Amino acid sequence: MNPANFYALVGIGLFSIGLYALIMNDHLLRKILAINIMGSGVFLVLVALARRAENMPADPVPHAMVITGIVVAVSATALALTLMLRVAAETGQATLPDEGEK
Amino acid sequence: MSRKNLLQILLLPLLLTLAAGLGYAVLSLPEQPQYLHKLVIENMTESGVSHPVTAVLLNFRGYDTLLEMVVLLLALLAVWSLDMTDSQHKTSHKTAPSLVLDSLTRLLTPVLILVTAYLLWVGAHAPGGAFQAGSVLAASGVLLLLAGWRISDKLTALPLRIILVAGPSVFIIISALTMLLEGQLLKYPTDQAGVFIVILETVATLSIGTTLAALFLGIRPGKPDKDKGREHE
Repeated sequence: MNPANFYALVGIGLFSIGLYALIMNDHLLRKILAINIMGSGVFLVLVALARRAENMPADPVPHAMVITGIVVAVSATALALTLMLRVAAETGQATLPDEGEK
Repeated sequence: MSRKNLLQILLLPLLLTLAAGLGYAVLSLPEQPQYLHKLVIENMTESGVSHPVTAVLLNFRGYDTLLEMVVLLLALLAVWSLDMTDSQHKTSHKTAPSLVLDSLTRLLTPVLILVTAYLLWVGAHAPGGAFQAGSVLAASGVLLLLAGWRISDKLTALPLRIILVAGPSVFIIISALTMLLEGQLLKYPTDQAGVFIVILETVATLSIGTTLAALFLGIRPGKPDKDKGREHE
């Protein structure tokens, strides 16, 4: 296994851990963090797979996608955090109401 | 609580299957990147820059970058329209910044601005470019905001908004220009491609940096004063 594949598998691991945390946690801040960890996993996969063979230059297309992706992820996180603050201000708690528990 | 445990038991095998499937997909990829990689390398001489990532971002896939600038602006507009002014004002500005934060900020801000300019310029032939430079600029803005620095209200109304929309609007203007000159969206004339890219990257850096710092602040700057003005009327 070459290093690129190893990093890509680590990225998939991060993605799965993030998805697990996203589903299991009620608190919105934890959900936002989980989505960010999932995103980091995807970025790691893209960056790692851009250079699969040792003697080849890196493929610039996935790198460009990651650069755009990181900036979009930061702005989306900022929006999500503001939405969370708004939910907390309106309802007094930072979780979404669960229909089954009402 | 039992419902959560049940979910956990169901979820673990599902996620393990997903991870195994994704892992198999990654390991079964061919050794060499196939198609796009070759296209980029073959067309590098026409791009106006010598670093392939910058060439992809601002020339071959300039359309993506244009839309991304709009996404950033949209996120900021959404944050501003949520209007969290009241809840944030309660918590901020209670303590003055410590001596270390204060003096470090004074020391680091010029350095960060210099790094921004360097990253912007070096993007033509090495890793760097508008996004990296914009992020560093935003970092200096965040540092200043954390140290309790605020822009004067005169500058937050129109000048701030002009900088925020400068990136997307210059992008759109250049798109229109290239439509007229070359008949295709964001297809620069080969000789002047470098000039177009430098102009785009400079405004994009300013806009990205300012937008990210404004997103960190999370409230529309200068708003409370305007509201006070309205109350007097």
